[in-house]
Amino acid sequence: MLRKISGLKVAVLAFGLVALAGCSSSNKPDVANPQEQAKPGTERDFILNVGDRVHFIVNQSTLTPQAMDTLRKQAAWLTQYPNVTIQIEGHADERGTREYNIALSARRATATRQFLASQGINAARMSTIAYGKERPVALCDAENCWNQNRRAVTVITGGAIPG
Amino acid sequence: MSCKRYLVLMPFIALFMLVTQLQTAKSLEIDVTQGRVKPLPIALPNFIGSGGGQNLAHDITGIIGNNLASSGLFRPLPQASYIEQISSFSQQPRFGDWRTIQAQALVTGQVSVLADGRVRAQFRLWDVFAQKQITGLQFITPKRNWRRIGHLIADAIYKSLTGEDGYFDTRVVFISETGPKNKRIKRLSIMDQDGFNVRNLTDGRSLVLTPRFSPSSQEITYMSYAGGNPRVYLYNLQSGQREVVGVFPNMSFSPRFGPRGRKVVMSLQQGPHSNIYMLDLQTRTTLQLTNTQAIDTAPSFSPDGRNIVFESDRDGQQQLYVMAANGTGPRRISFGQGRYSTPVWSPRGDLIAFTKQSGGQFSIGVMRPDGSGERILTSGYHNEGPTWSPNGRVIMFFRESRGAEGGPKLYSVDITGYNERQIKTPGFASDPAWSPLLN
Repeated sequence: MLRKISGLKVAVLAFGLVALAGCSSSNKPDVANPQEQAKPGTERDFILNVGDRVHFIVNQSTLTPQAMDTLRKQAAWLTQYPNVTIQIEGHADERGTREYNIALSARRATATRQFLASQGINAARMSTIAYGKERPVALCDAENCWNQNRRAVTVITGGAIPG
Repeated sequence: MSCKRYLVLMPFIALFMLVTQLQTAKSLEIDVTQGRVKPLPIALPNFIGSGGGQNLAHDITGIIGNNLASSGLFRPLPQASYIEQISSFSQQPRFGDWRTIQAQALVTGQVSVLADGRVRAQFRLWDVFAQKQITGLQFITPKRNWRRIGHLIADAIYKSLTGEDGYFDTRVVFISETGPKNKRIKRLSIMDQDGFNVRNLTDGRSLVLTPRFSPSSQEITYMSYAGGNPRVYLYNLQSGQREVVGVFPNMSFSPRFGPRGRKVVMSLQQGPHSNIYMLDLQTRTTLQLTNTQAIDTAPSFSPDGRNIVFESDRDGQQQLYVMAANGTGPRRISFGQGRYSTPVWSPRGDLIAFTKQSGGQFSIGVMRPDGSGERILTSGYHNEGPTWSPNGRVIMFFRESRGAEGGPKLYSVDITGYNERQIKTPGFASDPAWSPLLN
């Protein structure tokens, strides 16, 4: 079983490299944004200029108007860079029980994916994973941290311009 | 002395432990059905060591004393107060000397190393007031199992004096946590019930969660993110082999064995929803038990296999529901203020333990399977994830401390709500799951 798993990892990695190589040769950045350091089409460009995450209300997976704005920008960027593949990570804050938070974060990742799909992003480019409360980003025992941890993060898994 | 001999199969180590019944009688008894039990004063002089067994005799006596004290049902009396010196295992105690120091029960024993290297331990449990032996047993085991002798003797004393099975010769599987809170490394780990013999079963490269013991075999079911695919796995403690229970289109999580260990009940994610499925480990066929547009998770079988308790947010927020094992007739059983989750059916069948969130507090509580008689056993910033001792008397859970440097530790509490104790682990620890009795 272990061997199988490590084999899978290698296969995924190799795929990522091929995709990367393919896109760096075909997709050259045209105009650089003077405001930002990030080269267009790069992962950094996506994080800085688009926004890689949306946040949720306690126990909810409904997208807020602000989250929908961010996701529309993500969809536009993903349309512009059609080789990019993504994984949407769902997360929950620490003020819940483990099993429920896993399922709740899956709901959030799914809601995010469905919205991006509704904006024309091909479902085959998107995968999801649910981390529950296992990966907090803000560490304090207060709402101003918990609201950062209730999130769905769009992580680029391949196809971005290197840089 | 009548000697009934029988063999006890040891599941963890394929070796025999020879148990010999020395004598049995009964009168002294602790009533464990009461709320708060006054601990029974028990005298436990160091076992006599012979044939190179001196150190072992001392250590085994210590394990017995720790176990009995940890139950909250016994109060081992300080050895300095003892009047009579026990110098021979065949010696009839001077009961007056033990009455004087308020002992109600007395344990005497001896430990010797046999010519073949095995360890032999004998003990007698005496009723000080009735002036007679209640029970006596002899154990022979390979030396590396010596700690188990202490647990087995403590279980025998517990059973003689409470009338219920003990829980000391057991293990706990749990998640060891290291590293900062935002980059936690989690490993599947196992230890003896008293926190000794901690061993890591996974290397920390993959996130692992919610391990559960099989009630009948040396297997654990748990969730792992190996290869970036969160799935339910089986881990065989004897062979160290791991296998995925099944490959499903989406994540599988929150597994738990059925009462005979042949089935695993778990949640499968389907888009935004999670429903409960039963997997037959022999045929590897799955049966869908719930079908809701909600999160149904944390299923736990009743010990008779007829019912399953689980949590669901189908009515808006997490509540507890009981359904037949085939998925029919789900009915809500929790109606108090707050959210109820992580239900676990007691091995005795009489209670369901749960986590409750209310007013910013996380509590551990119990209720009857029909939802009546709710009692909160412990409450605070964050208590979660109860697991039952195999005799249904004690609940272990984890408690998170506050702060960026905070983390979870394991605690146990009696079902009466008394006798809360921390189980010492090398680092942070969460998601405990108690094994059945090993023998």
